[in-house]
Amino acid sequence: MIKKILKSSLSHLIIIFICILSVVPFLWLLSTALKGRAENIFAYPPVFIPKDITLENFKEVLKLVPILRYILNSLIVAIMAVVLNVVFAGLASYPLARMNFKGKKIIFFAILATIMVPFQTLMVPIYMIVLKLNLIDSYSTFRGYLGLVLPFAVSAFGIFLLRQAFLAIPKEIEESAVVDGCNSLQIFFRILFPMIKPQVAVLAIFTFISSWGDFLWPSIVLTSEKLYTLPVGINNMSSNFGADYRLVASGAIISLVPIIIFFLLLQKYFIKGSQDGAIKG
Amino acid sequence: MEFKKNITAYLFLLPAGIFLVLFFFIPFIQTIYLSFFDFSKSAYNPDFVQFQNYISLIKSPLFLKTIKNTFYFLILCVPILVIFPLFLAILINNIVKLKTFYKVLIYLPVIVSTVIIAIAFKWLYAPYGLLNYFVRLLGFEPVGWLTDTHFSMISVAIVTIFRGIGYYMMIYLSALLSVPNELYEAIEVDGASEFKKHMVITIPHLMPIIALVSTISSISALKAFSEIYVMTKGGPLDSTMTIVYYIYKYAFENLDLGLASAGSVILLFIILGFSLLNIFVFERDKYKI
Repeated sequence: MIKKILKSSLSHLIIIFICILSVVPFLWLLSTALKGRAENIFAYPPVFIPKDITLENFKEVLKLVPILRYILNSLIVAIMAVVLNVVFAGLASYPLARMNFKGKKIIFFAILATIMVPFQTLMVPIYMIVLKLNLIDSYSTFRGYLGLVLPFAVSAFGIFLLRQAFLAIPKEIEESAVVDGCNSLQIFFRILFPMIKPQVAVLAIFTFISSWGDFLWPSIVLTSEKLYTLPVGINNMSSNFGADYRLVASGAIISLVPIIIFFLLLQKYFIKGSQDGAIKG
Repeated sequence: MEFKKNITAYLFLLPAGIFLVLFFFIPFIQTIYLSFFDFSKSAYNPDFVQFQNYISLIKSPLFLKTIKNTFYFLILCVPILVIFPLFLAILINNIVKLKTFYKVLIYLPVIVSTVIIAIAFKWLYAPYGLLNYFVRLLGFEPVGWLTDTHFSMISVAIVTIFRGIGYYMMIYLSALLSVPNELYEAIEVDGASEFKKHMVITIPHLMPIIALVSTISSISALKAFSEIYVMTKGGPLDSTMTIVYYIYKYAFENLDLGLASAGSVILLFIILGFSLLNIFVFERDKYKI
């Protein structure tokens, strides 16, 4: 009995230690952001709880850097990415799961192949194509958004995720709809698509997170600060204020707020998502 | 009828198809095509130079160092990202109280943008920063986390590991649900230790998932970019220059598209190797048609 309690408290201790490690970098940022001008942020030994907690740094960084604009940009881009991914993957996965047609195997393997070739190896020609289509923010804000989103409008991950979901629906449901005289579009929109809502939610959330956090592509295509997404804007701020870590930390903390709220509200889907969609690397 | 059925299927596939052609298949062919041209004399009228870019890359000490760095980074990250999350998942799985709370905290870094995490770590790595405080507390000399070439890659890898642990732990946790409880009960009757229990039952049972995590974490290590860009920009002395960073630098800073494309093709082959291994050996069932 004693051994069992000891063992269980040891696992608790290890887990609690890991939990602390995974929040310490953020808490240290928060602590730095809350320290006033008079307080030494390089104090030795370090001061974890600021002597005079102040919101001055947050006010100042919001005045100097358009963080709210970055948040808006990130939100627009992420929502566009979610809508496009859900619609396109939903449509494409249906025939792959439910229909027999000529060239099915080839199309299936062509989509599969896209998983193996990461964006990083294609970014040079993708950039050239986006330039050619004038999807750059120097033309217009809307074109800028399109240039950010369209290369990621379809993911093989999404198609496979929803295909698995369609495969799990019993064939009889579809057959009875055919008997009732529904056509393919009606079957898809009225009957089958509503049945895969949980997987659609998973796809939506994972697309949102990866779009929200993406840095490489926006840092390549964006030219004007007006369209900076959060990661690009915060990185830019960090190189501009490099020496003033109070401001950098405040900016970083502000940028964390929306995604943490999003996560806490939808955490059950994250857990479900890691069960369904382990293939997204 | 048959014809109509085909058309319906193609129409459903069309929207996704257009985007895949435009942003995947055309760029894919173009990457290979561009890798045979030299852009250094003129960006508009590049010369066809056959395999010259590949030859230059293989002869370039910087590119060879880049490949070495990339694999060094992979070796730093992958074993830890495969083993440690499994250990954590087993621990959390046995806990009854506060399970969700722990999961949420450990998963938190996964949802935060790598850029923000890299900024947080840059602050921890500062010469008089929090980490060096603990280093001094333990009686060692302060470490130049991002300025010393011996440590720079390790420091970058720590960020990648920090962000990956929760993700892989969740994958393991859901896989643990599939291990039948009777197996544990049987071995418990024999009085086996906790350690033996997992060595004999859990790990063999999870082998396909362990293989999957190895592949995913290897590929994402090969693709790492943000943490390097934010923290070191490939430095100091190119000690954190990886293939992806090299491609980025040659394409978008030096505007040498030919060399960057040849680098992309080489990276493509490396990643393809890892992916094919995964799909044909471990995930055959998942993609059956």
